[in-house]
Amino acid sequence: MDKQLLVSSSPHIRSDITTRRLMLDVIIAIMPASFAGVWFFGTKAAILIAVTVISSVLFEYIIRKVFKRNNTVSDLSAAVTGLLLALNLPPALPVWMAVVGSFFAIVVVKQLFGGIGQNFVNPALAARAMLLVSYGSKMTSWSEPFTDVVSSATPLAILKTGGEMPGLWDMFLGKIGGSLGEVSSLALIIGGIYLFARRVISWHIPVIYCGTVFILAWILGAGGSFTLYPVYHILGGGLLIGAIYMATDYTTSPMTRKGMVIYAVGCGLLTVLFRLYTNMPEGVSYAILLMNVAVPLIDRYTKPRRFGGGANA
Amino acid sequence: MHYEGMGLVIMILRAFKGGVHPPESKNTANSETLQMGIPSKIIIPMVQHIGAPCKPLVKKGDTVKVGQVIGDTESYVSAPIHSSVSGTVTSVDTRIITSNQAIMCIEIKPDGLQEVAEDIKPPVIQSREDFLKAVRASGLTGLGGAGFPAHVKLNPPKDTNVDTLIINAAECEPYITSDYRECIENTQNIIDGIKAVLKWTGVPRAIIGIEDNKPEAVRKLTEAVKDIPEITVQSVKTIYPQGAEKMLIRTLTGREVPPGKLPANVGCIVMNVTSVSLLASYLKTGMPLIKKRVTVDGDSVKNPANVEVLIGTPIKEVFDFCGGFATDPGKIIMGGPMMGVAFYSLDLPVIKNTNAILAFSDKLAGLSDETPCIRCGRCVEACPVNLLPFELDRLVRAKKFEEAQQNYILDCIECGSCSYTCPAKRLITQSIRIGKDALRRMAK
Repeated sequence: MDKQLLVSSSPHIRSDITTRRLMLDVIIAIMPASFAGVWFFGTKAAILIAVTVISSVLFEYIIRKVFKRNNTVSDLSAAVTGLLLALNLPPALPVWMAVVGSFFAIVVVKQLFGGIGQNFVNPALAARAMLLVSYGSKMTSWSEPFTDVVSSATPLAILKTGGEMPGLWDMFLGKIGGSLGEVSSLALIIGGIYLFARRVISWHIPVIYCGTVFILAWILGAGGSFTLYPVYHILGGGLLIGAIYMATDYTTSPMTRKGMVIYAVGCGLLTVLFRLYTNMPEGVSYAILLMNVAVPLIDRYTKPRRFGGGANA
Repeated sequence: MHYEGMGLVIMILRAFKGGVHPPESKNTANSETLQMGIPSKIIIPMVQHIGAPCKPLVKKGDTVKVGQVIGDTESYVSAPIHSSVSGTVTSVDTRIITSNQAIMCIEIKPDGLQEVAEDIKPPVIQSREDFLKAVRASGLTGLGGAGFPAHVKLNPPKDTNVDTLIINAAECEPYITSDYRECIENTQNIIDGIKAVLKWTGVPRAIIGIEDNKPEAVRKLTEAVKDIPEITVQSVKTIYPQGAEKMLIRTLTGREVPPGKLPANVGCIVMNVTSVSLLASYLKTGMPLIKKRVTVDGDSVKNPANVEVLIGTPIKEVFDFCGGFATDPGKIIMGGPMMGVAFYSLDLPVIKNTNAILAFSDKLAGLSDETPCIRCGRCVEACPVNLLPFELDRLVRAKKFEEAQQNYILDCIECGSCSYTCPAKRLITQSIRIGKDALRRMAK
């Protein structure tokens, strides 16, 4: 027979999961929260999302060309980073600041370190932290839902300084101040269930992270043991978006289940410490960034036990 | 794990960590085994097993008969090779079969008469030594694919204490149904083989492990052992690589074979179900291993089927027997799609441990391009021997072989689960093989 046969190493079949498909699933999962953001904050939110995503994708395309590497835009990871960054920003943020954030996330944190799979911290969160430090005032100007009014009232801020808290139902649905994507707990949870059902994420990080925050807030919190104080911590601030979408980023989270548990507890602990014992009302971004940096250490100490328990090589 | 009673089927849920579940594609499960006749030529390699190669005992021009020993060696870890036809030896030379090594092969032109060698008669067994000699004489090597000489396996080292014979009917690879058909078509023979092994090795009990996607076989085997307390049938979860010997031992007994050690070191001997059935046939008739049931499948094959084939038959003729190719094959695999070996030519033969030949069209055969590792951890989840495949892949590509050894690269059973599940389509199993090979060379 004339035609040549392909000879390659086993296995000869592959599952149909691809990196692109995983990224697409994340985009789909984050749609409810994105729509909720636009619903509550209007056109300015939609524009912010669009600009952040487009600039992220453009920066990746351009920088890969500059570095003479292959074009990776089609794996959708730049789009995901852009989308997650937008959802972590105040809805009224000047659009050019979001572009600066995209640059930092894609070019500095991701591509300068080697591209997908090589970033040492979560790019979107790192960009948010950079923007917070650089443009603190605009980055903490929160919008009231359904209006153009800008204030400084987020539920966690009120929790810290005192004042009337929004109702739990409003906090659950999202009719509160906060980042574009963090407000609607309901939308975030729906997306989280989708990610779990599609087997993109496992339950460990979100559940243990939130659980740790809940327990620590309950024990350490101001409200006494039997109030709903810990629930405000779960529904307010960036905990849900952080625990479900940011802390679960593959590259910056541990490789084993055991490692994930340690990582999630660490995130929860730091989040509560930052929220309760510093001036900051919010602690999720910094908590996750610090735990990201600890992941190589966690991985080194949570290597699986050897099958058959042999003597160490 | 608990017994509800002897001879009953018990559901055991997956008891090894990891694994993957590729589409089962057991298209030929219900096809009754077809008998293929005598091919136009027989090619018998002198290595069809793990262990020392056999030396040819015939030369060009000799006539041979069915069942005649045509290759043997003094080495312990080896098994004799027999002619599957009567005819004339047309050549004895070296050929490349799969790996890059040239292997001595005997090519025979069949005369169509199938005259049986004079010394073929049922062996007389009166002791354990007689039994082991007979097992060796049958030429039996692990018919599940691994090809380990059976007489060595059934003679475990003196310092081990074997309390369980595990009969491997898991057949976890997609497409392959040859063991399944053996369970359906030759049930009693299997049981007879098990009884003989238990009797002469002194092992007290046997467990037949079979995946739960084969309910008919589970039923038939359970029925056949219902009055035999020493033999039980256990249906296990269908997950690849359930049929890997270390995995099946873990599932059925909870024991883990330590790295570098044998199943006997944890009190087990694992035999493939078709192997034990062949042994029973040999004890009854004296005819050694000369034919094999082979599953023929893949999207290029016109009429997928299970075919009983004489050992040494060129695979081209087996495919022709199944109607030939409906589409041009892009890849030919001996074995299953997860661990099978890709063949470079259709002129290569069916050998003792061939249990399937698959022909895939270009559509299914193609390889995707690799993309960077995103550290998703799926490979770690999938690995049944608790390794970190992504790390081993990285270390091998960086040529850090010693560090790979410290990460237990040598423990890898090359099942392919990691590569199967990787979203970046990285060739992890191939990297690991390269790493292991580098370490072997460095050790010399």
